[in-house]
Amino acid sequence: MVMTREEKLARINAHQDRVNLIFEQINYLDLMAKVMKLDNETMMQYIKESGLKGRGGAGFPTYLKWNLAAKQNSDMKYVICNADEGEPGTFKDRKILEEQSNKVFTGMAICAKIIGASEGYIYLRGEYNYLVPLLTTKMNDFNQDMKNLGLDFSLYLRSGSGAYICGEETALIESMEGKRGEARNKPPYPVVEGYLGKPTVINNVETLVYCAMIVLNEGGKFKTFGTEISAGSKVFSVSGDADVEGIYELELGMTIQEFVDLFGDGDTKAVQVGGASGFCVPRKNFKETIIGFEGVPTGGSMMLFNSTRSMYHILMNYLEFMEEESCGQCTPCRVGCQQLVKGIQAIKHKKRPATYLDELVKLAKSMRVASKCGLGQSVANPFISIVENFREEIIY
Amino acid sequence: MMQGSENIVRKAVKTYGRSRENLLPILQMVRREHNYLSEDQLRDIAKEMDLSSADVYGVASFYSFMDMQPKGKNIIRICKTITCFMKGKDSIVGAIEETLGIKMGDTTPDRKFSLLEANCIGWCHKGPAMLINDKVYTELTAEKAVQALEEYM
Repeated sequence: MVMTREEKLARINAHQDRVNLIFEQINYLDLMAKVMKLDNETMMQYIKESGLKGRGGAGFPTYLKWNLAAKQNSDMKYVICNADEGEPGTFKDRKILEEQSNKVFTGMAICAKIIGASEGYIYLRGEYNYLVPLLTTKMNDFNQDMKNLGLDFSLYLRSGSGAYICGEETALIESMEGKRGEARNKPPYPVVEGYLGKPTVINNVETLVYCAMIVLNEGGKFKTFGTEISAGSKVFSVSGDADVEGIYELELGMTIQEFVDLFGDGDTKAVQVGGASGFCVPRKNFKETIIGFEGVPTGGSMMLFNSTRSMYHILMNYLEFMEEESCGQCTPCRVGCQQLVKGIQAIKHKKRPATYLDELVKLAKSMRVASKCGLGQSVANPFISIVENFREEIIY
Repeated sequence: MMQGSENIVRKAVKTYGRSRENLLPILQMVRREHNYLSEDQLRDIAKEMDLSSADVYGVASFYSFMDMQPKGKNIIRICKTITCFMKGKDSIVGAIEETLGIKMGDTTPDRKFSLLEANCIGWCHKGPAMLINDKVYTELTAEKAVQALEEYM
């Protein structure tokens, strides 16, 4: 069935209006008044029963993270909002911060009350510095509101300086401590030893808003969406060869085919799910691939490519991105990224035989095992999924 | 210059405090007020904060927005990531290069502009996109890009 752009947009908007949790206008002061009255166990029960998993991409259950931090005995604990949105193809956190910062702050305050934190930090990527004046004003007002409510919790804003790796939670902590943004070995996890060695919860912008909405609705609406493994909804950033591009909140669990029917231009040959660190799904797998933790997980990045695009250019763009953004501290990632770039160039220019691609796939698999953090580990995702599905485009 | 730049360092350290976790905001402020981070300034920061200057250099050189060489008063960063590339980022680069008479990576002789590429700046649905300093410009055409520059001429 072929739909016009207007029909697609109407369908997408209807879907979004049905979900509408992240961008719904609420009175955050009413919600905070409710939060102050609720006991922490009740709120934790809401979060637990919601089945919410982190919306930054890694998908760790939010309840478990908060519960681990709550159990720590410490004089200081911290809540950090990871607003270092840098994954290629992701731009939803920017809009959430621009339009719903009070809901983000409320999510942080709820977490702080539950785990016993008195300070919260927003780590905003430097590319979004235009948001600093707005967020500073909103944050100062919010801090005053918390004082009035009698909650010992203050927010602070920190800016990044153009390093993708700082979206990795331990690299983010290093950066906040005034160091190079190099990932730490885990364990210890940040919930045990995080910022300045203290128990720290780090959540993505969107996750924090869902927490606020789950508490507001006492579980409620969120749970009615999604699948058993991928509960709830998710904000998607849609770009590329699409009739409809932009930021949309949709239920989890739809297939790529359903997604492409709604957003695509009718000629979609591949969808890159989860950005440069995510997976490429070719047309032949659209129908059977579910968007969610049971299929392809995503922090929200959905890039559509039609049949005019060269998958070699796309892969090269991702690899060069990773090569530049690799922090360089561990050899598998630093050297691996360089060799993958050089390797596919050599094959393209016939300086290496096509079979060399199999060696590069082995290298990518080694990087998945041997790299220290998520950056190096995930380079294999785009590499293998593009090479295996579009081998001829890489070679010829 | 020396005297002035030392003052900026003192001011930044005074604003944020001497503890280590304030190093990034301090570097960012000195970078903002002085255009770039000179080796002298990095040594001054290290001294003020009682850190090794190698350590401070290591931190500053890690971050792509912490310029260590003199830059133009206005920094243009054109997104080169895939969707902006697909939507014609190269023609935007070409138009700006022609208007300013410089190549990618260079600074104009009058020190008004530096032209750089950036990895994904978060406007993929409205590409091609660029930043001039902190301001965002989206859905660029060659004409729109050149017009944007005129605001800073």
